[in-house]
Amino acid sequence: MKGRAWKFGDNVNTDIIIPYKYKARSIDPKTLAKHCMEGIDPGFSKKVQKGDFIVSGRNFGCGSSREQAPVSIKACGISVVIAESFARIFYRNAINIGLPVLVCEGVLKEVDDGDTIEVDLSKGFVNNLSKEKIIEVKKQPEFLEKMVKAGGLVEYYKKFRRFPW
Amino acid sequence: MQYVSTIDRDFQDKILADQGLTFTEKILSIKRCDESRKVASTDDIIVTQVDLAMAHDGTAPLAIKVLGELGIKRVWDSNKVILHIDHTYPSSSEQIADFHSIMRRFAMEQGCHIQEGNICHQYMLEHFVVPGMLIIGADSHTTTQGSLGAFTTGVGSTEIAAVFASGRIWLKVPESIKVIFNGKLPRGVFAKDLILYIAGKISCEGANYKAIEFTGGAVKDLSISSRATLCNMSTEVGAKAGIVEMDKVTKEYLMQMGRKTMLEVHSGKEAVYAKIVEEDVEKMEPYVALPYNVDSVKAVRDVEGQPIDQAFLGSCTNARFEDLKIAEEILKGRKVKEGVRLIVTPASNRVYKAALESGIIETLLQAGASITSPTCGACVGTHCGVLGCGEVCISCSNRNFIGRMGSPESKVYLASPATVVASAIKGFIADPRDYLR
Repeated sequence: MKGRAWKFGDNVNTDIIIPYKYKARSIDPKTLAKHCMEGIDPGFSKKVQKGDFIVSGRNFGCGSSREQAPVSIKACGISVVIAESFARIFYRNAINIGLPVLVCEGVLKEVDDGDTIEVDLSKGFVNNLSKEKIIEVKKQPEFLEKMVKAGGLVEYYKKFRRFPW
Repeated sequence: MQYVSTIDRDFQDKILADQGLTFTEKILSIKRCDESRKVASTDDIIVTQVDLAMAHDGTAPLAIKVLGELGIKRVWDSNKVILHIDHTYPSSSEQIADFHSIMRRFAMEQGCHIQEGNICHQYMLEHFVVPGMLIIGADSHTTTQGSLGAFTTGVGSTEIAAVFASGRIWLKVPESIKVIFNGKLPRGVFAKDLILYIAGKISCEGANYKAIEFTGGAVKDLSISSRATLCNMSTEVGAKAGIVEMDKVTKEYLMQMGRKTMLEVHSGKEAVYAKIVEEDVEKMEPYVALPYNVDSVKAVRDVEGQPIDQAFLGSCTNARFEDLKIAEEILKGRKVKEGVRLIVTPASNRVYKAALESGIIETLLQAGASITSPTCGACVGTHCGVLGCGEVCISCSNRNFIGRMGSPESKVYLASPATVVASAIKGFIADPRDYLR
């Protein structure tokens, strides 16, 4: 996977990612995508190309349990969210809906907004092509990797007729 | 995978008596069903049985859709599934009314519990939670329910659908942080001030992935309502759970509500903590969290004079009877400043009724407050107090993120109900101690 890095800071919360007023009205991913990151970057969804990445700081996705946050990010075309750390509910939600999330300490220092990066999920690394720098990512438990590979919890269940744990 | 379904009494007794385990390790060891008779130690990934599972109108419609996609026809135990219509209740639009209809239909088909018009966590405390339970809720503030000595945590819609289907969840056993509050609360200082102080001290990610146990003399003195405030905002510092162990106050509350304990769990004396934070509450004062982060905390006196447009007394954090009672004490014989609106949203119908019967509502109305029916409305910016461009609100809710209560150009300051009401009288952020004897 190769694409542009869209860089954000620490503590990007769920109200920034998708305000409740939109989430309350719709569970349609396309509708939600239009308002993705509206709190800090209005029009974000129009700028994103399919396959791009979000690179962010600590505690990404803190706040509410709203699954519409990762849904809106995925529906925008973002392929992976890479962050120094994640808030726990966002992390679970992202995996459950099939949005890969990578914990990558020090990523903010190594990636600038607009850099072209490459991500290999199975080998577990981020390659900043603009800076020719490979950054290692923290390994996920195997059952979560399987769930991500299947495309999320629903897809996993459809395929294997059981939950992955 | 074969799951263990029976409770092993000998193992349970051994775990409960173990002096080396935290509350969380004990409860998760007893509830785990992936292995029998094995202690759940910190960082283990385990599968546990769930005692209760809940979702609300912000998360349930999507969960119901997911259950359909999974092809699951029945929830695992209709008696243990609770749906709440509270986030936008009564509905504010046709789309939301349709979501509510989906929930009512689902509850009817499944025979599960459904309630409308009470904030979910307050309703859970009033009707369902007992010590020793493991509760999963599709809402981040599910941590509130740990105030009754249970392990309670939040997830999203797809995950709650899986819990509704199986009655099980995977959890990573968290480390614990012990927060000890010593001393007696000074006048004008409340549980909300304590948790804001902690947020300021440890930061909004200070307890990420960890469970927080609140203990100490000052916590022992707190009512279940105040303990709920502490546990509620544990999620604002990233915690997986907020816990106050069962004690005399818990027993009295349960007796009043007519419920019995499931398990009395206490951390062992030699349990290991990731961190211990010890504070003397007698040195504390009223605090406020500045926009746009819950951990941007300052003393009220440092921001006194900041003009406000709206004061909001509501939400799962602080809209229980004792909160309305404090508001009454401050507002009696006084008026809300002209040009400022004070919106009061009781947390549940039970709270509303008690406030009506004791004359609190009348006092609030005479002071110029607007009372709404119980809902999450203003706190999540859906209705009953949405902020416009440039408006400033002081609120006793839990989040002050950009756009949380409405316009991205609005600002929210978080404080205790006393500070909210004192500010409503003055028209600017004000110290409640001026009004409390």
